Amino acid sequence: MSTEHAEQALTPSSYITHHLSFNAKPIGDGSFWVLNYDSFIMSVLLGIVVMGLIWWVARSATTGVPSKGQAFVELIFSFVDEQVKNIFHGNRHSFIAPTALTVFLWVLAMNAMDFLPVDVMHHFVYAPLGLEHWRSVPTSDINTTFALALAVWILMIYFSIKVKGLGGWIHELFYAPFGGAKFFKPKSAIGFVGLLLSPLLFVANFAFNIIEYVSKPLSHSLRLFGNMYAGEVIFLLIGLWAATGLTGTIFGAILGAGWSIFHILIVALQAFIFMMLTVVYLAMAHESH
Amino acid sequence: MNINFTLIAQAIAFAVLIWFTVKFVWPPLLTAIETRQKEIADGLAAAQEGKSALEVAAKKSEVTLNEAKQKASEIIGQAEKRGSQIVEDAKGTAKTEGDRILAGAKAEIDQEVNRAKEGLRSQVSALAIAGAEKILRKEIDANAHSEMLAKLAAEL
Repeated sequence: MSTEHAEQALTPSSYITHHLSFNAKPIGDGSFWVLNYDSFIMSVLLGIVVMGLIWWVARSATTGVPSKGQAFVELIFSFVDEQVKNIFHGNRHSFIAPTALTVFLWVLAMNAMDFLPVDVMHHFVYAPLGLEHWRSVPTSDINTTFALALAVWILMIYFSIKVKGLGGWIHELFYAPFGGAKFFKPKSAIGFVGLLLSPLLFVANFAFNIIEYVSKPLSHSLRLFGNMYAGEVIFLLIGLWAATGLTGTIFGAILGAGWSIFHILIVALQAFIFMMLTVVYLAMAHESH
Repeated sequence: MNINFTLIAQAIAFAVLIWFTVKFVWPPLLTAIETRQKEIADGLAAAQEGKSALEVAAKKSEVTLNEAKQKASEIIGQAEKRGSQIVEDAKGTAKTEGDRILAGAKAEIDQEVNRAKEGLRSQVSALAIAGAEKILRKEIDANAHSEMLAKLAAEL
């Protein structure tokens, strides 16, 4: 709990609301034209730092005996490359594998911001900078995760059309996964009914594909968002308890440490899952049915 | 939890990051790793090649060694044969030479004996003449009988 609340009534709900408010500034008319500066600046900053570090190592990469830094980067590289190789069987080096590396490292870095202690950061960093509201974890902003999922979704459609052609893609929308209607000479009354009903397969296929195309970006983005948001809320709840006195502080510290350690797993796991889903979706777009 | 412009801003940031990685991060790392992998594979292949070459060389050297041994024993056998032959020859030569020397010595001895006999004969005849002279001093004229005495000496 920080002193910037001193002037207002400090209740648990105001504490949580304060910590879960974005640094949102309108950039135009209407509720859509708002930019969450905290999410945007943190994510861009992390992207520059993480990919910049990798680039810095990659720029002077030697084919001989690698330095420790290069060995570490190559470890990550090989890890991502191996995962992509198992899923996607095309030329992965031209786009999909580097995309997977970007997604993994960027999401990992953004998730890892959850380890920053909320109150310490607010008290010592953000408040002195004049930032009343500042959320450190860009992936606990639905806009960030949805932006990533939507970008992957667009790539998915792009690769689908690129591989199968526009006609092939539309054909697949109506013919997969149940197959299309066929003209055949009915041998019985039931066969005749089947012939009449077979165009319904187009409807079923199309509905199925639409559901798939809607559910993919939703599950992709909401899984990451939900995990990181829940993690943040639990940190806030622990922080609330820690503010209730000496006992609360001691147990809050122990619980906070415990949750942080457990959160290391979640942070890495969610970044990994997000990367894997990205690769799976893009690989599926390359396959024709 | 409002969807707002942040969505678009983040998507653009994401696109830029992907472009950056595709363009600048992935290729050098890929090149470095693949080149090293190739180098290691080449090195292993070269090591294997060297190993097999070593095996071939070892086999070859063994064969050569065996040949050399065989040749050496052959040469030794020949030398022994030749040595014994030389000894035989030498023995033969020595025997011949010895025989020759012996024959020479014998001939010389014979010659010597003959000469001694000759000397003795003349001495005996002289002695006989001296003895006869002493005995017959008075009755036999040395001059009258010298012819007869010389004949006698020649018969001895």
